[in-house]
Amino acid sequence: MNTLSFLRARHLLIAAALAFIALFLVLPLAAVFSAALQKGLEAYGTALVEPDAISAIKLTLLVAAISVPLNVVFGIVAAWSIAKFDFPGKSLLITFIDLPFSVSPVVAGLIYVLMFGAQGWFGPWLAEHDVQIIFAVPGIVLATIFVTFPFVARELIPLMGEQGRDDEEAALSLGASGFQTFLRVTLPNIRWGLLYGVLLCNARAMGEFGAVSVVSGHLRGLTNTMPLHVEILYNEYNFVAAFAVASLLAMLALVTLVLKSLLEWRVGYHHGSARH
Amino acid sequence: MEIALSSPLQMPATPARAARPRRRGRSVIPGFGLTMGLTLAWLSLIVLLPLSTVFIRSAGMGWADFIAAGLSPRALAAYRISFGTAFAAALVNGVFGLLTAWVLVRYDFPGKRVVNALVDLPFALPTAVAGIALTTIYSPSGWVGQLFEPLGIQLAYSPIGITLALIFIGLPFIVRSVEPVLEDLSADVEEAALSLGASPWQVFARVVLPAILPALLTGFALALARGVGEYGSVIFIAGNMPFKSEIAPLLIITQLEQYDYAGATAIATIMLIASFAILLLINLIQAWSRRRMQG
Repeated sequence: MNTLSFLRARHLLIAAALAFIALFLVLPLAAVFSAALQKGLEAYGTALVEPDAISAIKLTLLVAAISVPLNVVFGIVAAWSIAKFDFPGKSLLITFIDLPFSVSPVVAGLIYVLMFGAQGWFGPWLAEHDVQIIFAVPGIVLATIFVTFPFVARELIPLMGEQGRDDEEAALSLGASGFQTFLRVTLPNIRWGLLYGVLLCNARAMGEFGAVSVVSGHLRGLTNTMPLHVEILYNEYNFVAAFAVASLLAMLALVTLVLKSLLEWRVGYHHGSARH
Repeated sequence: MEIALSSPLQMPATPARAARPRRRGRSVIPGFGLTMGLTLAWLSLIVLLPLSTVFIRSAGMGWADFIAAGLSPRALAAYRISFGTAFAAALVNGVFGLLTAWVLVRYDFPGKRVVNALVDLPFALPTAVAGIALTTIYSPSGWVGQLFEPLGIQLAYSPIGITLALIFIGLPFIVRSVEPVLEDLSADVEEAALSLGASPWQVFARVVLPAILPALLTGFALALARGVGEYGSVIFIAGNMPFKSEIAPLLIITQLEQYDYAGATAIATIMLIASFAILLLINLIQAWSRRRMQG
């Protein structure tokens, strides 16, 4: 084969890949904004300031504000115990931490209904003490924590493992306390990985649909997160409003992708490794 | 390569590389008891104990009831649709995901960084948003749907629509699985084979494909696992007709809404067993790939 036909083949492959990306990724994204702005900016704005939309936005922010920090704490604690120490059963423990990623979101919601729902293990006890978890905010938070469970931990475990423990041991031998060592030595070392994990965890926490849908009960203005609000509006054929709220979530996704790319290009952070 | 291939936002079933500290032996680093205790407690409370409810409830049902609920004709049809569409979507992604990874790794072109970032869009875009957007595009009056309408092909509200949604969801799994392996595979080998007279097709089949096969299979299994359990992006476009376009996760929700907890639990159990089986398969592929690289 000559150079010319190689060039032609290369252009053909690039064109085919770009066409596929355009059709399957760009088109849906364009459809969201096009449908949201179909009736003009005013209709778009109205849909976003409507009381049910505002309360859905607030609930989504609240759920993320609870579940993301909890996952950060868990991720750091788990990575510290797994990456800085040797013990038997390590890879089994990592598999367990990864488990929520292989569970269908609907099943993730169901398990909390089986625990805390009226028919669940703790249902009667909760009813007696007038505590509501399912069809209420605590259930939404729990389901969100479950589906985002591995994000921070799985980012930090390999990162901390590759960094080893020499830095920490040096700090400790110089008289730093364990907590000082963590704060001054470990945390700066893992900051980009942590940020990466938080970004992804937050995107999923704000966007989760299936698991939250099972436990929420869809009470307007009370237990509707943004994705659930989108579903209700869409099913009511209120397309402009549905896509207006959806466009906020799409912008969240775009911001997440931009920040993630910046981490990769500018900081040179490589997902799942310590090269930086 | 294990960790890099499980692209982050969704469901890397691959266990993160068991990270070993560089030196063995007793550590002077404090906090093992505390952090391990907290890790195990939180893991049990949030993940293990809730997941066990499904199996314990199923065990309490009795075999006959479990079979009646979990393997009812409607449930069997739902599994067939969920697995069939997920399999078809993973196949399509196997081809186009590999193509995308190849183009991103081997060629330079304007806008490459944007394309690279966009590949992760399905991980970052909430599934419900993807669902309504895809439905709008592929419905009979949509941008793409109207092109197929005159041909008598209905894309949305059919298993084709489900497959299209799962192609969207699954793409990054294949691309991000294959990419690091392609990067490690030197272009020199391909050029050498070409200069020795091999055709490009031969080079692909004999040099490239064998090298990336484990990564491709892992990506395929990850996309399959995600597709089988996927809910948000599918329900809007599926049509949700029992026996025709009803996916298994939706059937769980339908049964829950009818207060049929036993039915929902039985189906969830079968879904969980299926995802654990795929997880095991992925681990076996990884082990095979490691052995191959050493040997």
